[in-house]
This record gives sequence, structure tokens and C-alpha cells, in this order.
Amino acid sequence: MSRVVVGAHYGLRDWLAQRVTAVLMAVYTVIVLAVLLGAAPISYGVWTDLFTQGWMRVATLLFAASLAWHMWVGVRDIVMDYVRADGLRLALQVVVLLVIAGYLGWTVQILWR
Amino acid sequence: MSTAAAKKNRPKYLSLQALLFEIRLPLPGWVSILHRVSGALLFLATVWLLWMLDRSLASEAGFDAVRRYAGLWPVRLSLLVLIWAYCHHFCAGIRYLFLDLDKGVDKETARLTSVIVLVVSLALTAWLGAKLW
Repeated sequence: MSRVVVGAHYGLRDWLAQRVTAVLMAVYTVIVLAVLLGAAPISYGVWTDLFTQGWMRVATLLFAASLAWHMWVGVRDIVMDYVRADGLRLALQVVVLLVIAGYLGWTVQILWR
Repeated sequence: MSTAAAKKNRPKYLSLQALLFEIRLPLPGWVSILHRVSGALLFLATVWLLWMLDRSLASEAGFDAVRRYAGLWPVRLSLLVLIWAYCHHFCAGIRYLFLDLDKGVDKETARLTSVIVLVVSLALTAWLGAKLW
């Protein structure tokens, strides 16, 4: 098997990471949805109170980190399937990484403003 | 492999007509491609969702502005599509986790769980949409 720089990482890690992060995000989704539905109607006060609580900040950061990793594996798979030219594929993968890093940085900024 | 397979007319060139009328994607295939489409959609839309989260937490005026913005019908429609994308990705993802564990891989079960994923994600979308507005 030839190892391609713009290919997959030829191991269990990405595959497993995508699944572990999926489970983490699913748990977060159910908990936050339950909290939001329980707190409805959501006013500005309820909304900001929720996001200033320690557990919510940490859980949301974990969610964002999971999402970043999950997105990277998923979008990279899409790029690998449809973009055949190595140069363009590498360029797109770099753009995707930058976008994901930007998302993560922005989330931290939103949570701890 | 078998002689029956060898007798088939190969290669089969795909015409537009064949793609549209002769070859039908089985239900698990629909779940699969929609899983990919919804994932791509969510990746692209995250910048928009983060922007709304940012505005809504920044100030009370921002919160009210986002609430008004989310009431506009094109925004409402887009959000509904994203809610569907999330629900579909969620439900199909759970199905794939079970498939990874070798559960539900036989044809009948796989078909049944595909229908469940498609129906449940639409029902969840309708329910969440109703809750949101």
C-alpha cells in the first residue's frame, strides 16, 4: 500500500475518533436540548445565565473540540472522494483545517468573552 | 466469481436515462448520501450559527436582533433545513454506530432501520421547528 500525504491516516485512530466524538456530541445534544426545553421560554437572562455556568462552558468546549475533530475526518473523507488532483486536494484540506481552527477559536472567544 | 455474474453485460455505461429511471438507490443508500450531504451542510453552516450564537450572547439588543432575524421566513426556512440536517445526521449516525458493532447488517433490518432514520429525523425536525416558533 502506498502512503499518500493527502490520503487517510491509515489507521484506526481517525475512524475511532469520529465515533467517540459522535457519542460525546450526541450526549451533549440530548442534555442541552433537555435543559433548553425545560427552561423555555428562553429570555436573554436565561440564555446568558446558561452560558456563564462552569459546567456548560466546559461541556460546550468539549462539544466544540469533538465537533472540530469529527468535522475534520468527515470533510476530509468527502474531499478525498471527489477531488482527485493532489494539489487541489491538499489546498482544500488546508482551507478546511483553517476553517475548523477558526470555528474552534471563535467558540472559545464566545464562551469566555 | 460465479458464472451468472460473468454473463452480465459489463461494463455498463451509465446514461442519464439509466440514472434517472432504471437504477434506484436503495433506502440505506439514501440514508448514506443524506448523511454526507447533511454533514457537509452543517460544516458550511457552522460559521452562520456561530455568528448568531455570538450576537445573541453579546448583549440584550443582540439577543433581540437575532430573535427578530430568526423570525424572517428565509432565515426560518434555512434554520429548519439545518435542524433537519442535524437530526438526520444524528439518527443516521446512531444507525452507523450499531452497524459498526455488527448489529442490523442483514438486508431486512438494514432497510427497516433506514426507514426509521428517515421518518424519525423528519418527525424530530417538525417537533423542534414547532418548539422553536
